[in-house]
Amino acid sequence: MKKLINDPDDVVDEMLDGMVAAYPDQVRRIPDTKVLVRDDAPVDGKVGIVSGGGSGHEPTHAGYLGKGMLDGAAAGEVFTSPTADELEELVAAADSGAGVLMVIKNYEGDVMNFETAGEMVEMEGTDVAQVVVDDDVAVEDSLYTSGRRGVCGTILVHKAAGAKAAEGADLEEVQRVGQKVVDNVGTMGMALTSCITPEKGEATFDLPEDEIELGIGIHGEPGVERTDVMSADEITEELTANVLDDLDLEEGQEVMTIVNGMGGTPQMELFVVNRKLQELLGDHGLETWDAWVGDYMTSLDMEGCSITVCAVDEELKDLLGAPAETPALTVT
Amino acid sequence: MSDEGAAVVAAVAAVADRLETERSHLTDLDSAIGDADHGGNMARGWAAAAEAVGELDDPEPMTVVKTAGKTLLSEVGGASGPLYGGSLVFASPELEDGITAETAVAFAETYLEKVQDRGDARVGDKTMVDALVPAVHTFKKSVEVDDMAPLSALAKAVAAAERGVDFTVPIRASKGRASYLGWRSVGHQDPGATSTLFIMEELLDVATEHLEAPEELPEHPESPTIPDGEVTED
Repeated sequence: MKKLINDPDDVVDEMLDGMVAAYPDQVRRIPDTKVLVRDDAPVDGKVGIVSGGGSGHEPTHAGYLGKGMLDGAAAGEVFTSPTADELEELVAAADSGAGVLMVIKNYEGDVMNFETAGEMVEMEGTDVAQVVVDDDVAVEDSLYTSGRRGVCGTILVHKAAGAKAAEGADLEEVQRVGQKVVDNVGTMGMALTSCITPEKGEATFDLPEDEIELGIGIHGEPGVERTDVMSADEITEELTANVLDDLDLEEGQEVMTIVNGMGGTPQMELFVVNRKLQELLGDHGLETWDAWVGDYMTSLDMEGCSITVCAVDEELKDLLGAPAETPALTVT
Repeated sequence: MSDEGAAVVAAVAAVADRLETERSHLTDLDSAIGDADHGGNMARGWAAAAEAVGELDDPEPMTVVKTAGKTLLSEVGGASGPLYGGSLVFASPELEDGITAETAVAFAETYLEKVQDRGDARVGDKTMVDALVPAVHTFKKSVEVDDMAPLSALAKAVAAAERGVDFTVPIRASKGRASYLGWRSVGHQDPGATSTLFIMEELLDVATEHLEAPEELPEHPESPTIPDGEVTED
């Protein structure tokens, strides 16, 4: 398979250098690590917000470094958790003395390495709190996870917690709003094609030309159902029904939505999905407060999408709508 | 170098050698119910740990254990880094005053507690905990209740770990990657419990050398003892 890479072993390293070169005023790299921080980290008196995980999900997480979102982001190898020593550097670099919130996607390796790092930094006197995001409604327990997986809803946790921290709130408050998003968000994804990791150079899983996988994970790990290919509207109905079933919202509830591309899907198709999603939400008596469409959390070059729905109240609307200035997301 | 520090350095090296020898064995076990990387990860991680502790200048046991743990954290990664390495780091302060029967029990208990906290696993989940729990409890009881010599207590603990490894074969995994297989995990020996047993066997070997060999001899130079009967060569 053709790939725009040099050596698979160098992909993450070279990507990080390229990101810094693209946004030199916004991000910098901690030397000898795969940790990027916003240029002015740690920000005086502000609770630090950090996240991290395997690479291959760009712009997650380093794309969300900046005012109103993350202070630091650690990149692991492709689809592999960053190690605890790197995460220790990450947390330390984001701490101005006001404490650090770790936003963790629920995968065993990520959770264990973050918790180990958090405990080590705590021994040095830093206040640390965490939010574990498990928004994927598709599967309970999977290849990499006990419980539900953490996927695109994580971006809304970055946004809400980041905005709260920017207001000057303390660590407990920042954690509370992060958890509030987790409690109100659901996501489900699907794949038209498999992703291809640089290391392997071929499809991670075998998906015939005329079939799709519903409930796919962001590492190409199995979903809940493999079916014959369906139309965009049918797929959107399937994903939306599962997410809404899980959230169990009351009529009139305001929601924010994300139609997220998996990396290899044209924007054209994402907007087609969004059109149907909004129609379905209306049918359910739900009111869309804001709708994002784009590549927020990808799975390398996988073709497919995920749909995220988050119930919002006044507090979450204030936070999710607050200004943010990051390479991948700007809210004004 | 303190004798105890040297002994712990030797133990780390022995574990590294053993896991290199068992690399394909562990990988085979992990292929059946996991992602086939346990043998390589452990061999690579412990080799790096042996190298790192070998470079320490006259270290105390606590420093050796902490250095080994930190190296495992950065070299192994995944879930095994925090479980095998992080637990060593967090348990290492128990050895601040050196290695005695009491500090060894405290170390073992803290190590187990950290593994269980991190992995959220209990006995019967088909994980390394199935080897660790019987081993640590046996060690503690042998030292504290049965008043056994540390070396005998450790030997008994290793035997308990071995039974724990056997126990993982017929049960169904409910933690870790193998849990994804559900009933299909039945009949396979857990790689994490197995590597934990290998580590403990090497600790026993090194402890045996350091505790039995030179200490007693100078007092009775005229009567070198020849072990009778029970010694077995592996």
